[in-house]
Amino acid sequence: MHAIARRRHHRAAPLLLVLALLALITGVAAVAAPSAATASTEASADDVAAGERLFAANCASCHGLDAQGQDGVAPSLVGVGAAAVDFQVGTGRMPMQASGPQAPAKPVQFDQDEINQLAAWVASLGAGPAIPTPEQVDPALGDAANGMLVFRTNCAMCHGSIGGGGALTQGKFAPSLLETTPEHIYEAMLTGPQSMPVFNDANITPEHKRDVIAYLDFQSNGSPGGLSLGAIGPVSEGLWAWLILLGLIIASTIWVGARSS
Amino acid sequence: MGTKLNSAAAGTANYVDERTSIGGFVKFFARKLFPDHWSFMLGEIALYSFIVLLLSGVFLTAFFVPSMTEVHYEGPFETMHGVAMTEAFASTLKTSFEVPGGLLIRQIHHWAALLFLAAIMTHMCRVFFTGAFRKPRELNWLVGFTLMILGLAAGFSGYSLPDDVLSGNGLRIIDGVVKSIPLIGSYISYWMFGGEYPGVDIIPRLFTMHILLVPGLILALIALHLFLVFLHKHTQYPGGGKSHKNVVGLPLFPVYTAKAGGFFFVVFGIIALVASVFTINPVWNYGPYDPSPVSAGTQPDWYILFVDGALRLMPGWIAGVFPLEWELWGYTLSWNILIPAVIVPGIFFAIIALYPWLEAWATGDKGERHVLDRPRNVPVRTGIGVAMISFYVILVIEGSNDIVANLFHLSLNDITIFFQWGIFIIPPLAFWITKRICLGLQRKDRELVLHGHETGTIVRYDHGEYVEVHRPLDEQEVWLRVSYDNHKPLEIEPELNDHGVARKGYRWDRFKQRLSRFYFEERVEPVTPEELEEARHHHDSHGAHEAAEAEESGERLDSEWEELEDGAKR
Repeated sequence: MHAIARRRHHRAAPLLLVLALLALITGVAAVAAPSAATASTEASADDVAAGERLFAANCASCHGLDAQGQDGVAPSLVGVGAAAVDFQVGTGRMPMQASGPQAPAKPVQFDQDEINQLAAWVASLGAGPAIPTPEQVDPALGDAANGMLVFRTNCAMCHGSIGGGGALTQGKFAPSLLETTPEHIYEAMLTGPQSMPVFNDANITPEHKRDVIAYLDFQSNGSPGGLSLGAIGPVSEGLWAWLILLGLIIASTIWVGARSS
Repeated sequence: MGTKLNSAAAGTANYVDERTSIGGFVKFFARKLFPDHWSFMLGEIALYSFIVLLLSGVFLTAFFVPSMTEVHYEGPFETMHGVAMTEAFASTLKTSFEVPGGLLIRQIHHWAALLFLAAIMTHMCRVFFTGAFRKPRELNWLVGFTLMILGLAAGFSGYSLPDDVLSGNGLRIIDGVVKSIPLIGSYISYWMFGGEYPGVDIIPRLFTMHILLVPGLILALIALHLFLVFLHKHTQYPGGGKSHKNVVGLPLFPVYTAKAGGFFFVVFGIIALVASVFTINPVWNYGPYDPSPVSAGTQPDWYILFVDGALRLMPGWIAGVFPLEWELWGYTLSWNILIPAVIVPGIFFAIIALYPWLEAWATGDKGERHVLDRPRNVPVRTGIGVAMISFYVILVIEGSNDIVANLFHLSLNDITIFFQWGIFIIPPLAFWITKRICLGLQRKDRELVLHGHETGTIVRYDHGEYVEVHRPLDEQEVWLRVSYDNHKPLEIEPELNDHGVARKGYRWDRFKQRLSRFYFEERVEPVTPEELEEARHHHDSHGAHEAAEAEESGERLDSEWEELEDGAKR
């Protein structure tokens, strides 16, 4: 006991502890980081270098050359992972066209190879979520009924009951998910872009994420009742009742009434 | 063949008549006259959509199970497989996906419900703006008003029956509104739901209300409403030969029986068309009710939106310092719910219900009024109507504020702040603008009657003067513009009588006088026969000359034009 206590109070102990901790961190990083990056995108050193050039030309004016971000302008991208890049650039949200309440989706500015190169470079800056595998996002493997339950508990309050979209505060909004690809849905859940919270794998398991994708994919079958009027609820139905239904009928009253007299 | 059929029909009619003496009634009703105008068919739309509701509703009751017993879904709809739900929701899904034609009938029922209330409100607006509620029709206005309220009750109870997330959230809001009523609120809520919300009683209770109580009352009141229409005779739009003592129109048989009978099928057909093309209330999207999830776009059907809008408009604190939720002796008093959801709609509906009497006090008019007003000739009433519509529309838009924000890329918060001010500013502004427009139109009418139509023909006299030729109005046009009720503010007896003693009822009279001044202080007098005579005289001495010259020059122009045309052809 004495020996241990004496060693604990040794002058070199703090230094040794710090060194041990550093070794542990670099060791873990050496094992974990490259595997996350290589697993999904199989990025080569060339890709990373090409990504860096693309980044410097297209993203660095806001995010900075080292991707550390600028206060009040753009966030740091260290550790956001390849998934975040694939989502943001792959849906056209980035590069952002103008500052506003949030970056809207717009025509994509890069091809998939360039997006992968950008993702590879950003992923090389620090460990983060990887681009999902095709199997992880395959709607055919998901359970749409469970997806409905997960979706309405976690997603519907912003995106609407089947993902038709909805408003948030101060001009922000939850976009419609009806045209979003399974990969992007998965990545959005994983990385929480803009106002969206992160749904990590402890929160919604990868299987449940795939169920959500299956539920949203099911919506592409269309509404069994006919045209869906935007799937945004009773407001559009009410508007239609006044404009189309009452409108057509009043037009016919005028037609019926115009005959005699 | 034809004569055989005729004699068979006559024989049957005779058989029935000899046993019921119905012939007299048939003759009476068949000869009843009705004036013709498209706007008189708005009430008919409401009636026919109600018939469509009854027909489709009978179909739906055959499959709906009003029970909150929990089951697990085993039907064909993929996203509901194995999901726990009430029998009410399961049977709605079954009606939609397993009963042949079930979904179409459900959609017909729901679209017809939206149309029913839209038609009722449009019909009410027509009656309001034309003054068709005046004596002797005040009571029928009240009957119609009650029908509107019953329509809201029928709609809301039906909206809640499928027990999906959307309807459950609607019920939750109603529960909150009821609980905000001081002292008795929580007791009423417990009584309604048979205990703590949501319980297992509410669906069966709403079902009875929806298929028995409310439609029964609606049917009875429709009968009364139509009986009173027959009794009072129909109103007519102003025009030559139409007075408060006659009805100018066509007999019910054969013209209106054919028109109305055909019109029923037009209404039914358009509802069916819309129901077969457009989805309504897709409960399979919302899923079975569970008190925890609320999805974006959770709104009531449009006719309840104004309550939702009032709730969304109401701040919890005034200017961030004055709280609207009080705690008194351990009890909570939620002004922030009570004002928008109970007090404001209460006052709004009370004004609508009592309006005929309000206006009768202002006019002091005791006579029967069967000729309708043109809205411009009663500027204050028209202004009040437009102000109330704008108030209502603001609440409806605010009730859909998230949809509006999303559609137009606006800030949800800004919309709410805009309408928090707008609800106080826009209706008075709408009143003032409408009144000014009405007065302007009346002045234009005066101008027209006195000076005639502009013809666009300019005549130049020999001495260089230019004159525009006016064509005098024909008799019908003049009638329409001069023969309206010209109310003046009430004159009342003085406060003190001859003996210097305060008169009984003076305060009430003074109230009526103030009301009357509000209505009729500012008005445009219709052209009197003397003025018309004078104007015509003036025009004749001056205008006949004008017209003759104009005609001459017109002919000259025509011949020149023909020559030009001929030249072009060659």
